[in-house]
Amino acid sequence: MNIKNDKKKYKFLEDVAIADIAFEAYGKTLTEMFENSALAIFELSADLKTVDAREKLEFALENEKIDNLLYDFLSEILFLKDSKYMVFKKSEVSIIENEKYQLKAVLEGDTINPQKQKLENDIKAVTMHMFEVKKEKTRWKATVVVDI
Amino acid sequence: MRLVTTNLTYKEVQPKLKELVDTMFKTVPSGVGAKGFVQASKQQFKEIISDGSKWCVENGYGWQEDVERTEGYGRIDWAEPEKVSTKAVDRGMNQLGTLGSGNHYLEIQIVRAENIFDQEIAKRFGIAEPEQIVVMVHCGSRGFGHQIGTDYLRIFEGAMKKYGIEVYDRELACAPFQSSEGQDYYKAMACAANMAFANRQVILHRIREGFSKVFHTDAEKLEMHMVYDVAHNIAKLEEHNVDGHRKKVIVHRKGSTRAFPPHHPELAKLYKETGQPVIIGGSMETGSFLLVGTQKAMDETFGSTAHGSGRTMSRAAAKHQVRGEQLQRDMEKKGIYVKATSMPGLAEEAGFAYKNINDVIDAVSQAGISKPVVKLIPCGNVKG
Repeated sequence: MNIKNDKKKYKFLEDVAIADIAFEAYGKTLTEMFENSALAIFELSADLKTVDAREKLEFALENEKIDNLLYDFLSEILFLKDSKYMVFKKSEVSIIENEKYQLKAVLEGDTINPQKQKLENDIKAVTMHMFEVKKEKTRWKATVVVDI
Repeated sequence: MRLVTTNLTYKEVQPKLKELVDTMFKTVPSGVGAKGFVQASKQQFKEIISDGSKWCVENGYGWQEDVERTEGYGRIDWAEPEKVSTKAVDRGMNQLGTLGSGNHYLEIQIVRAENIFDQEIAKRFGIAEPEQIVVMVHCGSRGFGHQIGTDYLRIFEGAMKKYGIEVYDRELACAPFQSSEGQDYYKAMACAANMAFANRQVILHRIREGFSKVFHTDAEKLEMHMVYDVAHNIAKLEEHNVDGHRKKVIVHRKGSTRAFPPHHPELAKLYKETGQPVIIGGSMETGSFLLVGTQKAMDETFGSTAHGSGRTMSRAAAKHQVRGEQLQRDMEKKGIYVKATSMPGLAEEAGFAYKNINDVIDAVSQAGISKPVVKLIPCGNVKG
């Protein structure tokens, strides 16, 4: 078992999508992989050292397919960024598998303030290009390309 | 893409360049979470996405002549706000008048005498003086259009199953044009196009205000006429010749610009004789082009040409080669004053990360699908 790789939360893939940004996110559990995918999005949006966890936002989603659930989850983060003017620092996710996958998430972050936060990419959308959720031997892996 | 002229020369603008760029940086917000200056209610936003530039001009954000200098007169009339989700409205309604990030920009450019390739057409487009200053804007429908894309991507996934369509890449999700899903999307996409026209229209209003403030005179006296505004990510039902027959087809210009020839019925009187102005953006270091549409584009490429120089290097690779702060200093030495909300974002847009714009223009010119009129050299830039 590659322990070093298991500890890695996410990795940006260079030269996969020239005009966009691609990443892989990992987790020992499905929940952890979702949280790490969100973390990659947060990291792209702002320097996380400059973002405080001052406010919480909660939401719930459900879907029959796990990859569509991840797509909706990440898209919801982009929607909340623009509609609530927030940048985020961390997320807590729980997923229950009934007939459908049911997700509950809490995002922690702060109202956008360019004087306070070092802001980076204003991500436009999560794309379906190369989008994949995969269960490997010891971990879950997601491949995501975001439109910048 | 939108291009605006002035009657100012570089000599007049150069001493005030920093003040001008700083003013634009403040009045045209960019980057993550930027809010626009237009305070529209939900009802007004629905009018904006139905009426595009027309709404802006009627509400004091522009001149009447701006509309006829915009592709489709700045208003796609098959837009239906009912086909757009509440989420898209919530995401976009406060972004009117914002630039965005990534490769979006507002640039102040110079017309060098040696860069005017067609004097006659340049004059008809409002470019007559060597060293003349013009302003170019690249931005679109912001989060609003992307939310529509996200919403319909999921709707189309279901539709593809229903209609038995398989695609190689899930991002290419689609539905038959005449299906309810296809028609709904076509009407929602038109709302996004109208938002983009409106966004660039209110930004033009801010540009005129900014120049007026810095040069203590009216935008009318500065002759800040729009040359043109073209979409470069849109699908439209048009009539074209296909295998010798006149046919109605959906022309999807994604990363492509409309390039209609002289006498095309969709062109306003002003450009009937010349053909449609075409704007092709290059990198922020190397320059951009104003071209004109041709009959050959109509015959061979459904009235379309390129839209920009295109990247040759990934964003990550560009950031490995240069830091934003260093690039900003280097560009200033070359006479280009640039302000950016994000320094890593600036590095990603370095000139070397893009194809050589001259090669791109040579290609479209030799193919005959548009004809170069003027090359525009950057001297000031606001980067998202």
